Amino acid sequence: MDPAFIVIQSLSGLASASSLFIIASGLTIVFGVTRIVNFAHGSLYMLGAYLAVTIVPMLLEVDRSLPMFLLGVLLSALIVGVIGAAMEIILLRRIYHVPELFQLLATFGVVLIVQDLVIKLWGAVEIPGPRAPSLRHGVFIFDQRFPAYELFLIGVGLVVLGLLWLLMQKTRFGVLIRAATQDRDMVAALGVNQAWLFTGTLFLGAFLAGLGGALQIPRVAVNTQMDISIITEVFVVTVIGGMGSVPGAFVAALIIGQLQAFGILIFPKITLVLVFLLMAVVLVIKPWGLFGKPDAAAGRAVLPEGLLSLRRFGTVDNVVAGVAIIVMLALPVFGDNYMVKVGIEVLVLALAAFSLHFLIGVGGIVSFGHAAYFGIGAYAAGLLVTRLGFAMEPALILAPVIAGAFAALFGFFIVRLSGIYLAMLTLAFAQIVYAVCFQWVGLTGGDNGVVGVWPSSWAASRQVYFYLALAFTLSAIIALRHAIYAPFGYALRAARDSATRADAIGIDVRRIRWFAFTLSGAAAGLAGGLYSFSKGSIDPTMISIPMSVDLLVMVLLGGIQTVIGPLVGAAAFHSIKDFFMPLTDFWRMFLGASIIVMVLVFPRGIAGAASLLTERFRPAPKPVGTPA
Amino acid sequence: MTEALLSVRSLSAAYGMAEVLFGVSLDARRGEVVALMGRNGAGKTTTLKAIIGMVEASAEALTFAGHDIRRLPSYRIARLGLGYVPEERRIFTDLTVQENLEVGRRPARDGREAWTLERLYAIFPNLAEMEGRRASAMSGGEQQMLTIARTLMGNPDMVLLDEPSEGLAPVIVEQMAEAVIAMKATGIAVLLCEQNLHFAAAVSDRAYVIEKGAIRFSGTMAELEATDAVREAYLTV
Repeated sequence: MDPAFIVIQSLSGLASASSLFIIASGLTIVFGVTRIVNFAHGSLYMLGAYLAVTIVPMLLEVDRSLPMFLLGVLLSALIVGVIGAAMEIILLRRIYHVPELFQLLATFGVVLIVQDLVIKLWGAVEIPGPRAPSLRHGVFIFDQRFPAYELFLIGVGLVVLGLLWLLMQKTRFGVLIRAATQDRDMVAALGVNQAWLFTGTLFLGAFLAGLGGALQIPRVAVNTQMDISIITEVFVVTVIGGMGSVPGAFVAALIIGQLQAFGILIFPKITLVLVFLLMAVVLVIKPWGLFGKPDAAAGRAVLPEGLLSLRRFGTVDNVVAGVAIIVMLALPVFGDNYMVKVGIEVLVLALAAFSLHFLIGVGGIVSFGHAAYFGIGAYAAGLLVTRLGFAMEPALILAPVIAGAFAALFGFFIVRLSGIYLAMLTLAFAQIVYAVCFQWVGLTGGDNGVVGVWPSSWAASRQVYFYLALAFTLSAIIALRHAIYAPFGYALRAARDSATRADAIGIDVRRIRWFAFTLSGAAAGLAGGLYSFSKGSIDPTMISIPMSVDLLVMVLLGGIQTVIGPLVGAAAFHSIKDFFMPLTDFWRMFLGASIIVMVLVFPRGIAGAASLLTERFRPAPKPVGTPA
Repeated sequence: MTEALLSVRSLSAAYGMAEVLFGVSLDARRGEVVALMGRNGAGKTTTLKAIIGMVEASAEALTFAGHDIRRLPSYRIARLGLGYVPEERRIFTDLTVQENLEVGRRPARDGREAWTLERLYAIFPNLAEMEGRRASAMSGGEQQMLTIARTLMGNPDMVLLDEPSEGLAPVIVEQMAEAVIAMKATGIAVLLCEQNLHFAAAVSDRAYVIEKGAIRFSGTMAELEATDAVREAYLTV
């Protein structure tokens, strides 16, 4: 290869690395102190970009100069910093002590709200930004033209690194941040008001996200997808570097920048896959990232408690379950076509939610990418039918097999990790699947997906397909439920409650977790297969992060503690969604706000709240201690 | 008898459903070193954590320097002048010695002379030699000194000191005792959790003995040393 070309390519890698670092450093600092993985960090980045395309042109009207451009960028970042501080005071402050999964979900609620707000304020059309005055030209390096603005970005990255180093090493605020990253309770016992430290940290983190976003406006047209696309990249950077480590974020950003710059030459379509593969490899070798510390990840449980109420069905439950089954059996007879359609979707989602609940509640494996297996099942069925001419029956049988195979492959890596790193890796694998389905247009139809995934003629009527779906989902749910009560389920719960103790009594923790992951993936795949035939099509939304979040919300809505919870949750969630979505342009905002309310008010879900109510009627346990 | 600086009345605490403390009451006056003695698991550490607000607890009364501290977050309690030195030390190992001290720094109250690095280094000469060293590179005894020094940087009127002698070499324990005596000399009250009777006797004015979450003995250090029955029942292993 031409050496000049290599230099240019690595310089452009450095420019992307610089942007990545600025954004990722904010995320990693916030995580270090608050222990919250802030999903909304990408939204803050997007807000920075939108604010900049609004503010910078106004300032350039006054004086078309580089200082004005930079002033606009800084102002945007400052506003985002204030938004971040407000987010800490309004939301994060209330969720420091809830399980990590709820924190992830609550901050994802903010993502949804910001998405709708941005569309409302700036519209859905992408907005091209102004170029930076005095940096519009190209610089010639080895006779190759290289944009001056990219060189400028490299410089900004280094300046940010230097300033962060000074802040962290030379100021009291920095010392407190580093101390709190290690032991925030002890910092409080020494008289430091954590609340202000955390607000300050969020301001800093959000400022960096906003700065990263504002600096992008000469490079890319600002659009409403910026948040999710950057957050996955930034997650990867912080995870590879080690969550909470600023130097780690720097090194990881450098590696990813170069990987993308050169990867695009070799595998132009799948650079994203390369990046996630790198992350998987790093996590297998160093489970806490390059510069991470185990305590940062393993300090807290992802869930306070898993499945608690393992009580077998009593008479009441049997009656309720019986009535529910009779209602479902009667639905196609008495309900209209629309109700049957919704019924099929509820059944399918109930199975998907149940399989996720099996992982989370029983296995303690918090997957943030369960849509991957649902989607693989759907795509497997859809592609087998449309591309290879399979009939519905073998396709429906192969869907869970293929999804299970992928779950086994990904699960092999995933079950080696724990806590937040595990959740991040499940997300990464889901994004790989998403990226492949999205980018491999020839096979999958890309964004449009594939249509014509119809059931066999005998099952073509909605009513018949409903019974088919009912038979499949009921048997799968009953089978999974059996697994919960089998010795396997008990071993899995033992491993969830204490992996080391389970290990000590001879349970092969990794192996049973791996098996559970595979089983759960296969069940989700069956649900996906059934779903694709009910829709008649497949598309990438079935694998997207919002789908994974929907499934998590169903599980949490129903409550993790009960076996029946996910079924209740799926039915409730899908009915609500189906009812409200056509009524409002702000479904995402509504969903986001609901998620936040759920995390704040009903951390135990509907079924959990119900069991709490029944507990009220039992004699209360002896109060602990004397009342103050 | 002057009014108590720290007054605990009927303090109870539990971890989840497991009750640990059952109505502990104790007092400490200004400038006094009080030992809270008992075996492992007797409830010493929980008592301290409940006072400082790190463990959920209830009490009929819990006052420090005249303030009701039952509902206060730990940082507010610390700012009232009640310092806490945890048993597990909880040094910030990623920070240097000096930075650790910086985290603890709070302004002095009531116009009294503030602790400075110089004054601390006079009591803990070892720390002066390793100012710029990372705390992770320190020995256990040095870390124990650092954690006390860090709390003193907050200019407390009283320090809750959890088993400072645990796991340390005799010569270091000797230095710890001198440090406690030096703190007392500056007017700081100390509530000292200990199993080591020899250490406690060397520094304390009074003692409480705790067993199974309740106070079983209260008296002067001399009385405790004279009462074989209490010692044998609650302190000897």
